[in-house]
Amino acid sequence: MTEFLQQLINGVAWGSIYALIALGYTMVYGVLRLINFAHGDVYMVGAMAGFYLTRWLGWGGQADSLHFILILLASMLICGLLGFIIERAAYRPLRNRSKLTALITAIGVSLLLENGGQVIFGADPKFFPTLIENKPIFQSGGLIITNIQLIIIVVSLVLMTALQYVIFQTKTGRAMRAVSFSHDASRLMGIDIDAVISWTFVVGSMLAAAAGILVGLSNPKIEPLMGLLPGLKAFVAAVLGGVGNIPGAVLGALILGISETMVSGYLSSTYRDAIAFVLLVVILLFKPAGLLGKAVPEKV
Amino acid sequence: MTHFRSVLNCFNLLVVAPILVGVLAVGCQGGGSGTGGSGEPKKSGGGASTGPIKIGHFASMTGGTANFGQSCDKGARLAIQEINAAGGVLGRPVELITEDDRSQSTEARTSALKLIQQDKVVALIGEVASSNSIAAAPVAQQAQIPMVSPASTNPEVTEKGDYIFRICFIDPFQGEVMAKFGYNSLGKKSAAIFTDVKSAYSVGLAKYFKETFTQLGGTITAEEAYSAKDIEFKAQLTKIRGTNPEILFVPGYYEEVGLIARQARELGLSAVMLGGDGWDSPKTMEVGGAAIEGAYFSNHYASDDPNPVIQDFIIKFKAAHGGEVPDAMAVLGYDVLRLVVDAIGRAGSTEGPKIRDALAATKDFPGVSGSITIDALRNARKALVVLKIENGALKFAERVEP
Repeated sequence: MTEFLQQLINGVAWGSIYALIALGYTMVYGVLRLINFAHGDVYMVGAMAGFYLTRWLGWGGQADSLHFILILLASMLICGLLGFIIERAAYRPLRNRSKLTALITAIGVSLLLENGGQVIFGADPKFFPTLIENKPIFQSGGLIITNIQLIIIVVSLVLMTALQYVIFQTKTGRAMRAVSFSHDASRLMGIDIDAVISWTFVVGSMLAAAAGILVGLSNPKIEPLMGLLPGLKAFVAAVLGGVGNIPGAVLGALILGISETMVSGYLSSTYRDAIAFVLLVVILLFKPAGLLGKAVPEKV
Repeated sequence: MTHFRSVLNCFNLLVVAPILVGVLAVGCQGGGSGTGGSGEPKKSGGGASTGPIKIGHFASMTGGTANFGQSCDKGARLAIQEINAAGGVLGRPVELITEDDRSQSTEARTSALKLIQQDKVVALIGEVASSNSIAAAPVAQQAQIPMVSPASTNPEVTEKGDYIFRICFIDPFQGEVMAKFGYNSLGKKSAAIFTDVKSAYSVGLAKYFKETFTQLGGTITAEEAYSAKDIEFKAQLTKIRGTNPEILFVPGYYEEVGLIARQARELGLSAVMLGGDGWDSPKTMEVGGAAIEGAYFSNHYASDDPNPVIQDFIIKFKAAHGGEVPDAMAVLGYDVLRLVVDAIGRAGSTEGPKIRDALAATKDFPGVSGSITIDALRNARKALVVLKIENGALKFAERVEP
């Protein structure tokens, strides 16, 4: 029982990281109907930005939670800017072309970031500085929760709540929802579509950066290709929950994180990635629009 | 594993295949070197009869095991400098051509092919990771270019053909020694094994450790697996923790070991960690930090060994690399290059088959990592040292003769 609870905690912490990445995917898809394959690499840039900022500021030696928050915010800003630039330079010029063109561009941007990252940062793995000392905060009969696991879950919750607030309570959020329904109708209502789409990319990329920093904190080894697999898994999570649906992305990510942990813990880690994709196929067989997604009839 | 990857792989194939075909075609035009076999003896082995003698090094200069390739290359380049300063071999200077395989086995194969066909090297050195050596070995064997691995310890490497050699001990020995070390020297009776299933080295080493440990009377409480590049190991470690092992044997590479140690300690798993020569990199201590303290691993050499040969080498290496203490891969890179050049000298020729015969006849070659004698299976019989991680540094713990 203790072991099961421990695995559950491991799974929730891991799933929260997927959730932060999945939110960016789902937002961009919701607004643009574009699968932004470069999103996982923005997460990598987030972790790298944290690594270099800490080194540049000379904060690597001591653990300090104020430093952690500053690095987290700075890295989110940098990635927000990166998201803005990616959208402006790579996707906007192709907005009115076919969906396939944008998709291939997304793969191109992803490869550019991965290989550019190898050139700029070097391909060898880096040790992410200890901004917060990892220590158990709850311990009872073999059940251990570390402060970092708690921080991951709390930061994820805070960011998700903030996102929920932005989308449902602010004018920009309302504009985002409007754009996700129809570009043309939104434009007729006087919404600046370009600005809304830029904002979507900025916010999504900021969430990815936060995930990058949190991963650096809990699994302190980062490298330029680190975004490849988590990016794909987060995409799976977004589809699982119903792509375009924000609570769905979180739900999908948690299911994915927990099931991966359980498969590794009770079956074999060799099947872990296979299970993630089997899960996707099974859920889509029964709920083609994802767990929380609404099936929308195709307009003719 | 995913559509996306396989799309990329197809892309690689599409781009790489024509290049390879081109390379092969050029290689064949260039006098049938390698592919033909006996052919004209003058041209066999590729190298011209004047100018520098070329030796190829395919190595992981970037990627997951970049530390291995870079260290090995530094060692080999130091050897080259000394050899050329002393007049080279057969009256000609020696040139080392390094090709980066990005720590990937498919790339290792391509790199070896390029070195043989395009650069016309007379011998190959490489790789450190066994999976990469196994991938490249058939290429060298087919071209009749001797290939000497500095540090691949999986037995299968030299089984690929009679042109494939190594200058290090093999995993059955390494696994056996670590099992005995844990059982006898540390007095621990139970062990859990955590293997990197993607690496031939890790799987082999785990197997030999298990054999010896159970023969001695110890119990294996759990056998779990991870894959290279993973960063999350808590699920498997939680499972291992439930079986209460006294030893956690992790026969993996340095890239993951530090993280595994951290996560094991976070979960309160207090077993002593043991490992193999794949741990040998400063990254193990850098990532592992306090969590990896008190762990032991087997290696090819200890930098605090008082042996004057080793201390002299360390002084030379430090002078050439700004005070950096050489790791085992640097020592083996130095040794492997000197051995290959020595064999070329003894062969009196740059032809593949003659260098091969000279390599096979190597006896008591004085290497920094110990005296090297090549046995009938083209492996080296060499002593092994067990190192302990203490205060972020490596301390000599035990020396085991074969």
